[in-house]
Amino acid sequence: MVDHHIKLPEGSIEKTTTTLNLGPTHPATHGVFQNILQLDGERIVNAEQTIGYIHRAFEKIAERRPLYQITPLTDRMNYCSSPINNMGWHQTCEKLLGLTLPKRVDYLRVIIMELARISDHLICNSIVGVDTGAFTGFLYVMQYRELIYEIYEEICGSRLTTNIGRIGGFERNFTNTAFTKLERFLDEYPKVLKEFNNLFMRNRIFMERTIGGGAISAERALNYGFTGPNLRAAGVDYDVRVHSPYSSYEDFDFIVPVGKTGDNYDRFMVRNEEMNQSLSIITQAYRKVQEFKGADAEVFHADVPEYYLPEKKDVYTKMEALIYHFKIVMGETDIPKGEVYHSVEGGNGEVGYYLISDGGRTPYRLHFRRPCFIYYQAYNELVKGSMLSDAIVTLSSLNLIAGEMDG
Amino acid sequence: MARPVQYNIKNEGGKPVSLSEMPLGDGGDGYFVTKLSSVVGLARKNSIWPLPFATSCCGIEFMATMGANYDLARFGAERIGFSPRQCDLLMVMGTIAKKMGPVLRQVYLQMAEPRWVLSVGACACSGGIFDSYSVLQGIDQIIPVDVYVPGCPPRPEGIIDGILKIQELIEHESIRRRNGEKYQELMTSYGIQ
Amino acid sequence: MTLTNETVQQRLTEKFGEELHSWEEPYGLLTFSAPKDLNLKIMQFLYDDPQLKFRFLTDLCAVHYPDRKGEELAMVYLLHNMTDNTRLRFKVYTDIAKPDVFTASALYESANWMERETYDFYGVNFIGHPNLKRIQNVDEMNYFPMRKEFPLEDQSRRDKDDEMFGR
Repeated sequence: MVDHHIKLPEGSIEKTTTTLNLGPTHPATHGVFQNILQLDGERIVNAEQTIGYIHRAFEKIAERRPLYQITPLTDRMNYCSSPINNMGWHQTCEKLLGLTLPKRVDYLRVIIMELARISDHLICNSIVGVDTGAFTGFLYVMQYRELIYEIYEEICGSRLTTNIGRIGGFERNFTNTAFTKLERFLDEYPKVLKEFNNLFMRNRIFMERTIGGGAISAERALNYGFTGPNLRAAGVDYDVRVHSPYSSYEDFDFIVPVGKTGDNYDRFMVRNEEMNQSLSIITQAYRKVQEFKGADAEVFHADVPEYYLPEKKDVYTKMEALIYHFKIVMGETDIPKGEVYHSVEGGNGEVGYYLISDGGRTPYRLHFRRPCFIYYQAYNELVKGSMLSDAIVTLSSLNLIAGEMDG
Repeated sequence: MARPVQYNIKNEGGKPVSLSEMPLGDGGDGYFVTKLSSVVGLARKNSIWPLPFATSCCGIEFMATMGANYDLARFGAERIGFSPRQCDLLMVMGTIAKKMGPVLRQVYLQMAEPRWVLSVGACACSGGIFDSYSVLQGIDQIIPVDVYVPGCPPRPEGIIDGILKIQELIEHESIRRRNGEKYQELMTSYGIQ
Repeated sequence: MTLTNETVQQRLTEKFGEELHSWEEPYGLLTFSAPKDLNLKIMQFLYDDPQLKFRFLTDLCAVHYPDRKGEELAMVYLLHNMTDNTRLRFKVYTDIAKPDVFTASALYESANWMERETYDFYGVNFIGHPNLKRIQNVDEMNYFPMRKEFPLEDQSRRDKDDEMFGR
């Protein structure tokens, strides 16, 4: 890295360091965490992170809740891509119950999960833009994130904390409107992404600001437990979607983009390319969904009456449905005994669910592997020796979601 | 697309851009008489400086509210300030954990009078679904709140509605309220002098 | 070349013998238990061995079993060999009265905060940890909230009716 630092003449002033308290409510931190930076002029000598400012005790709450009541908790972990968390959780339950899902459900899930990934990366990348002084990108792409939210809304009725799907599939079939909206998104979004890329990719200012900042080697990144785009930017092609495919990801053809240096620019580029790949996956999945004909085209959930909420009209007319409805809503269904770990590729990396059930109505212990929490501890190493303003860009390019971090 | 300036100040039908309603008063050619309170209220209402205190999910919805689709700036709240000293509306969005409580209180204390507080989302209003040992069960335990917006998270329309409610409060607030006994009592009940 | 669970089990038994017990494979994930003094040795062996190469600490957490006298707290480690894509889980049990376990933070930087969190939630005392203090909760907290005996709800709350909420 080029030394831009203005040095004081030797011995002219007694050299001291300044302590700067960045956060927990600093506008540049995009979330609530505190960084206590020790500065020599504008250069960071040391950093210490404090977290826990929105610790909500997910794991403790989850010990008191039946399976379905845990889904809303997973929403609020990484709220930028909540459908991935929801479906990861449902898949964990399905793994515990030993269910196999119809292919159509898997493909529909893939569509939603990839949309979520796009919206997650979109926020992160546009925020990197904001922190390097380009507000336009943010305002521009936010409009297109709304298109994704409209699709969610059409499917589950909610925008952000989606609580989407059920154990075994979806609560209802996708409507034609949902598919029309998806088509609109697939039609409009690539152009937007291209323009967004043009704004940043070869932009001299952006490159100067991001190349070389917050770099980490592959070995260190692995040692720090990085996963997801941040690890891939350092050059390790680990992707849960490829390594342990879930939800029929093995049926899709996509590239896992990797970076080289693990710096802010690489992280940005990896996320950008992942959005392109996600678009391609969505297109493939949509094509596969359209191939289902006749009765197959109506399948949107597996047959698991004990865990899948029955249709409302059946609840009013059929005894059996009413019983299941009551048992599920009141959480009176016992979960089979077992110990299961399942992971999905979330927006920030490997989101893991470690569920221990002792056969009761609630999990005995549920532990979430939260990627943000694990890789944020590397922040100290990432910013040491860089300028204060680079530390801000590093912070945003790591895509730290406070809700996920504090658990 | 380049648009003529008239486009921005005139609507389709050629009518002038909508003006805020005049307060009650008596007027004629070149003069207008009304209460000082109403004039101050009118001015304050349409130039709120919000301080976003966004901690979690609701903060993301707030970003959408500020974005081009919903555009909070239409209501005179264009300028998001990040210094509590400059701002007059504290928008608390998201879960406030007990660890965060003192920070929030300090931010509130740093704000100059007159100040308003908008509590957005179930977590800020009541703790929401997080009835746990670490979450503050509603920010009104530590600071007075003017308007509550329900929802988990509220839609951007909800947040905008909350802002409009705040505007209504501001418009009709007497300029003497902040010096009144009742207000002092309220502050004392929160331990604020 | 793929690394099967049998090979891993065989290699570990060769090295540690009968010390490792309760071998299981729930949902295809190799799981075993070990005495708590061995936790670091096992991890080091798994890390260094040229065949095993478990060099990624995916996750680390504790579980509280109040009914198991003398081994109330279980530490669960989840390791990952990324080259062969094999996962492995092992547990060590410790007495709640003296919850001392060796830290893994010298081997894995990622263990640092995860262990701090475990300390915060369960009070597991990691010997040799560079900075063992609370991470999520306030420093003044005087109990370990994730242990089973502590209630979930906020006890200072007054607006919930006792009769309605069963307190």
